[in-house]
Amino acid sequence: MRAFAQLFLSLDETNKTNEKVRVLKDYFLSVPDTDKMHMLALFTGRKPKRPINSTLIRTWAMELSHIPVWLFEESYQVVGDLAETISLLLPQNTISNSKTLTEWIAEINTVGARTEEEKKQWLIESWGMQDSQEKFVFNKVLTGGFRVGVSQNLVIKALADISKLDAATLTHRIMGNWMPEDYTFDQLIAEQGASDDISRPYPFFLAYPIQETSEKQKSPEELHGSLGDAAEWQAEWKWDGIRAQMIKRDGKIFIWSRGEDLATEKFPELHPFLNALPDGTVLDGEILSFQNGQPLPFNVLQTRIGRKNLSKKILEEGPVAVIAYDCLEYGGEDIRNKTQVERRAILEQLQQETDEPEIFRISELINFSDWDELAEIRTRSRSMIAEGIMLKRKSAHYQVGRRRGDWWKWKIDPLSVDAVMIYAQKGHGRRADLYTDYTFAVWDGDKLVPFAKAYSGLTDEEIRKVDNFVKRNTLEKFGPVRTVKPQLVFEIGFEGINRSTRHKSGIALRFPRILRWRMDKPMEEADTIETLRGML
Amino acid sequence: MAKKPLLEFTDRGIYCAQGLFYIDPWLPVDDAVITHAHSDHARMGNKRYLAHHYSEQVLRYRLGADIQLQTVEYGETVMKNGVEISLFPAGHVIGSAQVRLSYKGEVWVVSGDYKVEDDGISTPFEPVRCHHFISECTFGMPVYKWKAQTDTFNEINTWWRQNAENNVATVIVGYSLGKAQRVLQNLDLSIGKVYTHGVIENTNEALRRNGIILNPTERITPLTTKEEVRKGIIIAPPSSVGTPWMRRFGPYDFGYCSGWMSIRGAKKRRAADRGFVLSDHADWDGLISAIDATGCEKVYLTHGYTASFSRYLSEIGFDAHEVHTLYGGDENEEEPKADPVGDDSSEVKISDLSTAADIGEAKEEGLI
Repeated sequence: MRAFAQLFLSLDETNKTNEKVRVLKDYFLSVPDTDKMHMLALFTGRKPKRPINSTLIRTWAMELSHIPVWLFEESYQVVGDLAETISLLLPQNTISNSKTLTEWIAEINTVGARTEEEKKQWLIESWGMQDSQEKFVFNKVLTGGFRVGVSQNLVIKALADISKLDAATLTHRIMGNWMPEDYTFDQLIAEQGASDDISRPYPFFLAYPIQETSEKQKSPEELHGSLGDAAEWQAEWKWDGIRAQMIKRDGKIFIWSRGEDLATEKFPELHPFLNALPDGTVLDGEILSFQNGQPLPFNVLQTRIGRKNLSKKILEEGPVAVIAYDCLEYGGEDIRNKTQVERRAILEQLQQETDEPEIFRISELINFSDWDELAEIRTRSRSMIAEGIMLKRKSAHYQVGRRRGDWWKWKIDPLSVDAVMIYAQKGHGRRADLYTDYTFAVWDGDKLVPFAKAYSGLTDEEIRKVDNFVKRNTLEKFGPVRTVKPQLVFEIGFEGINRSTRHKSGIALRFPRILRWRMDKPMEEADTIETLRGML
Repeated sequence: MAKKPLLEFTDRGIYCAQGLFYIDPWLPVDDAVITHAHSDHARMGNKRYLAHHYSEQVLRYRLGADIQLQTVEYGETVMKNGVEISLFPAGHVIGSAQVRLSYKGEVWVVSGDYKVEDDGISTPFEPVRCHHFISECTFGMPVYKWKAQTDTFNEINTWWRQNAENNVATVIVGYSLGKAQRVLQNLDLSIGKVYTHGVIENTNEALRRNGIILNPTERITPLTTKEEVRKGIIIAPPSSVGTPWMRRFGPYDFGYCSGWMSIRGAKKRRAADRGFVLSDHADWDGLISAIDATGCEKVYLTHGYTASFSRYLSEIGFDAHEVHTLYGGDENEEEPKADPVGDDSSEVKISDLSTAADIGEAKEEGLI
């Protein structure tokens, strides 16, 4: 695993894209094929099952490092990463090991079935032969929190360079339901797609935002300037649901989420129409909860995603349907290189043939003759329970990943209020040991009621200043949370607002984040709970 | 009536009422004993200063050539109103000292900043027996454990050599007093020449005037070309990161030297190409062994993780107390500014600086 640990370190040690690709190539060229596949699995989110729960791992780490529980917890606050905290606290070793990544993962996969005592012995022995970088990476795999600071695109690029296959093909081949134990490197880079995995989805095509910051409104003239003639574009509502790819092949159906989770069983309502599709069909669309033919806000769907078992009650309260907007495979043929208009025609035909038009819906095209008219229509997004408008060039192919040019999302501005920061907590990762997670409140009479937590939207420089403020203006400490002197005002943006019985304020926000620091506003001028209720 | 302690923590600094002097005060006073010349410990505006001989030229350079300054050697004694003052090596930077006070058989020691590892250039730390020990704890958490500096310097030299082979300039960033000279003295000069930012070279010159022998350096001037520094290494202060001054030497690889670099998140935040774990402060084990070696009855923790560290010390049997001070200017504040856009980026407005320490540092780096 030394090579893998070194890979991780080397990727950390550079910010240059070319250098990262070089490091990845060096790794691929220096390790056995099975290690390559295990690395790919880990880098694309296919982690082994957790063999030991993290409470036990913590307990044994504390025992070995001879520190009390509270100090372990505070160390974790400082480091912001459990795997790293443990690797820093454990004693240093002089013994080393020469096990490969494949061998370590095989051990991790078998130890899960052993007794607690055996697990402990195995873990302590393993830590005892790893240097601190290996320990860190090993803990990362073990605790399941494996994320790397390198995009999948770079891994694909390195792989493409050494295999001479093109990036789009490789991106497709590493999608879906494979395990490193039974998918070989030879299969991955074989000249002919030797793939017989009928569940494999296509890489999603993702849109770029048309206005990358919410403050800069694009005018119809600017749209014309950058996108050209409105007649070359089709427009649809941007639905706020779960992006999904639905597959029917060889009589079997598969539903994939954007995060490459196989979610077939989560959406039983969709099964009848999918089963009725002709074999060799792949659809792209949005899954939403519906009631009386109307889409429901995202939070209804959200309660359902979290559940392990779908109770009858949940199925009745938030029945789902799909709004389809693209077709990627038809008659067993990959049609991603047909134009948007051609694919749309096939999709429409499929939808007309369904017996379940209430479940297999189609994303209606918006009629518009110029950008002015579309800008006007966009203002009605919220009443459509939509997040804005999607623009797709009529000649667009279905591409791989996020690409500029042919698909754009034109979201509406978020709702916003001015709120006072009242609690702060330290962040994780690169925000470790800095107060970056804040709770915000609005006025209810002369009291401040908390209504939202947010931890993004400030620049590093602003974070440093707020962190400094928090450290100097702490009123009380509750574990990791500090009560802060109410003073700083921030503009909080959010995509939606709903009633909630779980929150003190009686409301729940969708995707709250900090839009900006209102240094100009005294806290007395922050918004009130009535303002928020008025938005319901 | 309870006896008044020899040292008190006041809003001007650590005060000795019996001897009528302050140690590292942060507001102007008549008599200031200075542990070391970093801007959060040695501030302007005091009437009289007392410091170690090796700090003299740096203090005069930073605070003014005409300051009224008395210097002493380590172990030498100065009496003030019956209080015996002497300085002992703190190993933090050249000329850094712990201040030992003795009055009627009671001994207090103020650590200033310190590290226990011998860096080969500062006089090595010496434990001093005392009843009361006032200690820093910048890195008072068990996740901070330094490796031997030879390991870190091997990494730095290997990295420099690689860059030189690839024809990429090497920039290494560290605080101008301390880290800069520590790095300078441990570079492998067979690889190339050492170039310095003006602020660092000013400090080097002050130290050379003080008789300290440093490796040869070349000051970077507007005439220095990027071609000539390509095989060399540039030592620069944190405030120069991302400024046009640094960018003109591109392509370069930049490395950051600090104790904070041992945490991945902190390293990422600085967006350095390389982070080297190198600190002029004691690590967790260093702090505990140093405190233990004083044999003190009471220990007071000033800047750093004071709350956690004093709690831990109490649990393992020390009589430990947390004290609020305004120190913590060097490693705490040494974050480089985010990559600026405009060309006047090296300008810092006084209103942007939140503490006196910030202003001190900005001034020292020649930004205001």
